[in-house]
Amino acid sequence: MSGPLLELEDVVVRHGAVTAVDGLSLQVDRGEIVGLIGPNGAGKSTTLHAVMGLLRPSSGHIRLQSRSIAGRRPEDIARRGVALVPEGRRIYAELTVDENLRLGLAGRRARGDVAGDLRRLYDLFPVVEEARRRPAGGLSGGQQQQLAIARALIANPDVLLLDEPSLGLAPQMVDAVFETLTAIRDRGIAVLLVEQRAQRTVALANRSHVLSNGRLRLTLEPKDADDTQTMVAAYFA
Amino acid sequence: MIAILNINWQTLADAVGLGSIYALMAVGIGLVFGVLRLVNFAYGQLIMAGAFALALASQWGWPLWAGVLLCFAVVVVLSALMEVIVFRPLRGHSPAVMLVATFAVAFLLESIALIWFGSLGKIAASLAYLQRPVTISGVDVRKIAIVATVVAVLCLVALVALLSRTSVGLQMRAAAIDFRTARLLGVRANRVIGAAVLISGVLAAAVSVLLTVQSPLVTPDFALRDTILVLAGVVLGGMYRLGSATLGGFVIGFASGLLGGALPTAQSQYLPSFLFAAVILVLLIRPQGLFTRSQQQAVERV
Repeated sequence: MSGPLLELEDVVVRHGAVTAVDGLSLQVDRGEIVGLIGPNGAGKSTTLHAVMGLLRPSSGHIRLQSRSIAGRRPEDIARRGVALVPEGRRIYAELTVDENLRLGLAGRRARGDVAGDLRRLYDLFPVVEEARRRPAGGLSGGQQQQLAIARALIANPDVLLLDEPSLGLAPQMVDAVFETLTAIRDRGIAVLLVEQRAQRTVALANRSHVLSNGRLRLTLEPKDADDTQTMVAAYFA
Repeated sequence: MIAILNINWQTLADAVGLGSIYALMAVGIGLVFGVLRLVNFAYGQLIMAGAFALALASQWGWPLWAGVLLCFAVVVVLSALMEVIVFRPLRGHSPAVMLVATFAVAFLLESIALIWFGSLGKIAASLAYLQRPVTISGVDVRKIAIVATVVAVLCLVALVALLSRTSVGLQMRAAAIDFRTARLLGVRANRVIGAAVLISGVLAAAVSVLLTVQSPLVTPDFALRDTILVLAGVVLGGMYRLGSATLGGFVIGFASGLLGGALPTAQSQYLPSFLFAAVILVLLIRPQGLFTRSQQQAVERV
């Protein structure tokens, strides 16, 4: 199969009169992490929402394995192998940890070896196994984030979208989340990561696109991470 | 108190029976509200349609089981049509638009019944023998009170099992809490809403059967008053949780049965006024509903 796993081409998304994403093109391939950084309102989350089908792009193409997915329903896109870890985690606080995880099965294309996949997830996130029968609302923020990522991964996605997974977490948990992302990439999943922590994202991702006002301003590579001058210039370009 | 109101065991059993029927209606309304945030005002007309099916079957001399089967078929098919023709195209519109649409459906169905069957109505008498009492340790209890209670308990147990044990049940619970996130996880909106509407239809059909025993004369406004009372009960209990909505339905049915049995006949026409006055009073004190734990949760879901 040719072409990247996930491809955005000249995507424009409008919120009423405001153009939130303005002609964005990017690609994410298997085993890659691509970062999206930039100030608030730059269009990062909007981009993820457009990929996921929550917003319909007014023009441009979004392709998954060369097939167009723009304008499809979120549940259909999920069932084609795209999973989103939404901003604010969106854990079902009153359902148990296990029930939250099982909801992720809805996006799975083939039943396959659910038990084996669960085992691997429990290895990655021990707390998800330990707290299985407890209400998910009782978990700490970091644990909820782990659960949200586990819930996305149980669907066996080809593409994982993450919307600010480190938001509101203690520094130690931030480390844990970023380590997890490396493990996910190494499984051959394409990761598109929206983050506020620009420096860490640039260091982790294969490449990071800097957005502002819905436009791609600059693309940074891991070697640029320590070069704060470049970063600052990018932000205030 | 009990002596003053002239309540005996028989009245109490009837009240429990009516409370059970109303609880079933409350679950039916609450299930659909959970996934669609839609108060289906036409729920009573579904029950009315089922009751007419029973009446017709009885008029045609069909055996009881065939009549009940027809009733379930009519109500479930009507529910499915309502979902596909009305709810689905309007999904995502404001709750006010959806509510008004269900009013329209309610009046449409009532008018159709009026045209087809006339205002005098028909008799559904095949289950009339359930009106007769059995004597349990010296107390006469109408069989329908027992049957209604047993049917309601069985339906509720089955529903709880479905919601807690099956994947579609889990998806319905999740969708009732946060539909958008559920869809992001791959939960199909049509499947979850379809399941809720169908279950709600099955419950409506069960209520049709039980209510025709209570009042065998089926008119186009059959179950209308009951629906309004149940809606008040659902709000009273707390809309945003199925359990509290169900309890609210039971309470309003129980209170209605109790007062209906206790009040002198001349006063019983004021019964709904008393009930609604009580509902208003409760809501002034606890706007989030009688059986919801915190106000925050009720607001959060709006």
